[in-house]
Amino acid sequence: MSVVESAPSRLSFFRRRKNCPFSGPNAPKIDYKDVKTLGRYTSERGKIVPSRITSVSAKKQRELAKAIKRARFMALIPYVLS
Amino acid sequence: MALYECVFIARQDITSAQVDGLIEQFETAITENGGSIVKRELWGLRSMAYKIKKNRKGHYVLLNIDSPAAAVHEMERQMRINEDVLRYMTLAVDEHEEGPSIVMRNKDRVDERPRSRPRFDRDAAKPDRDASAEKAKVADVASADDKVKAEGAEA
Repeated sequence: MSVVESAPSRLSFFRRRKNCPFSGPNAPKIDYKDVKTLGRYTSERGKIVPSRITSVSAKKQRELAKAIKRARFMALIPYVLS
Repeated sequence: MALYECVFIARQDITSAQVDGLIEQFETAITENGGSIVKRELWGLRSMAYKIKKNRKGHYVLLNIDSPAAAVHEMERQMRINEDVLRYMTLAVDEHEEGPSIVMRNKDRVDERPRSRPRFDRDAAKPDRDASAEKAKVADVASADDKVKAEGAEA
C-alpha cells in the first residue's frame, strides 16, 4: 500500500557539482563573528548543514564547523532553534 | 609575542562605565605581564541567542591582544573570578584583523528587532498543508488499487 514514488523527484536532484563558496581568490574568510554568513550554513533548527548540500570543500567545512561552534559558545547563534 | 583575540560577555545590568572598568582591569593584567592591547571594540548590549545565567542580553567586548601567554592566563584567571563576566573566549590568531570587525561593520544595519514576531504562525500552517497533501496521496493510491481490483475482476 505504501508505495513511495521517488523516480520523478530523483531526476531534479541530479545536478552538477558547484565550486566551494570559500575557495578561490576573493572568497569570504570564515569568521566565528560573522553571524550572517554562518547562518547560511545552518539549518532552520540550527544544525550545521552537510557539505554535500552546500558544496563547501572538506577543508573549509572543518573550518566552518569550528567557527559555528565558537559562535554558538559565545551565544551569537543558538544551539537549537525550535 | 603571540597574538590573541579575546571576546567576553559582561552581565546585562552593569553600566557601560562598569564595562570600561572591566576592560581597564584586564588591560592592566595584560600590561603588567609585558603585553599590550592592540585594539578594543565594544559591540554594546547585544541580545544573546540563549540565556546565560538568566541573562538575555550581554555587553560584548572584543580585545585584540599582543602578549606572552602568561599574561593571557592571568587575564583569564581574573575573568573566571569576576562575576560580571558571563563568558569569555580567547583564541590565538595568526594575524589581527585590520579595521573594525564584521560585527561593527554590520552594526548600523542591525537594529534590535523585538522578538514579538510570532514564529509559530508559519509553523502552525505547515503541518496542515502536509496533512492535506498526504490525504490526497492516500486517495490516489486507493483509487489506483480499486482500478487494479476492477481489472482483475474483469479478467
